[in-house]
Amino acid sequence: MSKLFDARRWLRLIGDFDQFLLGMKTTLLVALLGLLIALGLGLILGILSCVKLYGFRLLARIYVEFFQNTPLVVQVFFYSFGLPFLGIRLPDFMVGVVGVGLYHAAYIAEVIRSGIEAVAKGQVEAAKSQGFHSMQTMRYIILPQSLKVILPPLTNQAMNLVKNTSVLSMIAGMDIMYYAKSWAGNNGFFYQGYLTAGLLYFLLCFPLARLTAKLENKARQLPTVTTLRMMEVDS
Amino acid sequence: MSDIFSKNNLLFILDGLKLTVFLSVATILLSLFFGTLFAIIRNYAKDKLLPLAKLTGAYIEFFRCTPNILWIFFFRFIIPGNVIAKEIFAFTLFTSAIMAEIIRGGLNGIQKGQFEAAESQGFPFFKTMLYVILPQTYKQIIPSVLSQMITVIKDTAYLKAVDIAELSRNTDIVMGKAITAAEIMSLFALLAAIYFVICFILSVSVRTYQKKVMAAG
Repeated sequence: MSKLFDARRWLRLIGDFDQFLLGMKTTLLVALLGLLIALGLGLILGILSCVKLYGFRLLARIYVEFFQNTPLVVQVFFYSFGLPFLGIRLPDFMVGVVGVGLYHAAYIAEVIRSGIEAVAKGQVEAAKSQGFHSMQTMRYIILPQSLKVILPPLTNQAMNLVKNTSVLSMIAGMDIMYYAKSWAGNNGFFYQGYLTAGLLYFLLCFPLARLTAKLENKARQLPTVTTLRMMEVDS
Repeated sequence: MSDIFSKNNLLFILDGLKLTVFLSVATILLSLFFGTLFAIIRNYAKDKLLPLAKLTGAYIEFFRCTPNILWIFFFRFIIPGNVIAKEIFAFTLFTSAIMAEIIRGGLNGIQKGQFEAAESQGFPFFKTMLYVILPQTYKQIIPSVLSQMITVIKDTAYLKAVDIAELSRNTDIVMGKAITAAEIMSLFALLAAIYFVICFILSVSVRTYQKKVMAAG
């Protein structure tokens, strides 16, 4: 415990804090770009899971099952260590972006799919009776309503994505976790290094956790859709 | 090619799988126990015990908002003793926070009448929980617990960073002996396939169970 409250160690941390900020920058950039990929690909896959054509549904299904049921660590390790054997070399930063992007796209696809399915069937029939074709039904009737139920699990996914960027530390990816680990290891100041990293992740994730809780309360008040049981679409 | 899949190598990978399964099952069982404890404290501790509820809440929020890998490293270096025990501790501490929230969700879904009925029969709080509320809660949260189990199994792959002889670390070592790209790719395929089979079976059972419950109304 004396190690935890050693002022000298905390002062050293403050002196070296720019390293942690560098890590924070990488983590934020990887999270943002990864989220873009995850949202884009997730939306496409989620819609494909709901179309009539069996081939598309199967394709989306295979993607989702594969990426959800294998560890992110294995996927990321494949991009950084396996792909070069096939002649493809990605910089560590891109490994992080692609890694969390493709992984969370699977979860977001599931969120979108259950969101679309949550909109009452009567809504689709009503739209059809008004002469909407399927693209229009999707664009004007289903997606706007789904949006409200899928927002809470989406923000929850964003939080998980931020946490999962820490996988970068396993391939020396210069993120928060990487700098914390090397700083703590070099100085032997484990409490200071890891607790500071914990605080930084907390600062990034806690607002998202609060937002999720708030949106969940809001979604419960919707009439035409059943709310998603979000724990089951968690990562 | 045949060398890399020698009997010794395969047995070595299988040993890793055994440890992965052991670590995951131990974590889930311990987290169910502690998660229940934390959920009850956060939900029902009042008056004098209110600070305890606040403290538990702070613990849950903090751990939910930090990555698992952080605690894997932290406890690896902070506490002395057996490495596997330390990591089970780290995993349990992290997973209990999530489990507590899953269980709390279940507890909040129980109708108030259940508490009142138990009380009217003279059940003290502890017995109400044990015999009336918790059995119903657990039944409700089976899908979420199984989903969490998948997450824990996948997260144990992080443990190769602290050199614990689990599935991905052992496969890594075998990969170190591989020479050709084909060998590396087949080892990746094997590794992914092992995780996939276990996690896919779990996720299919989650969905089957949900459908059954929904069909039952």
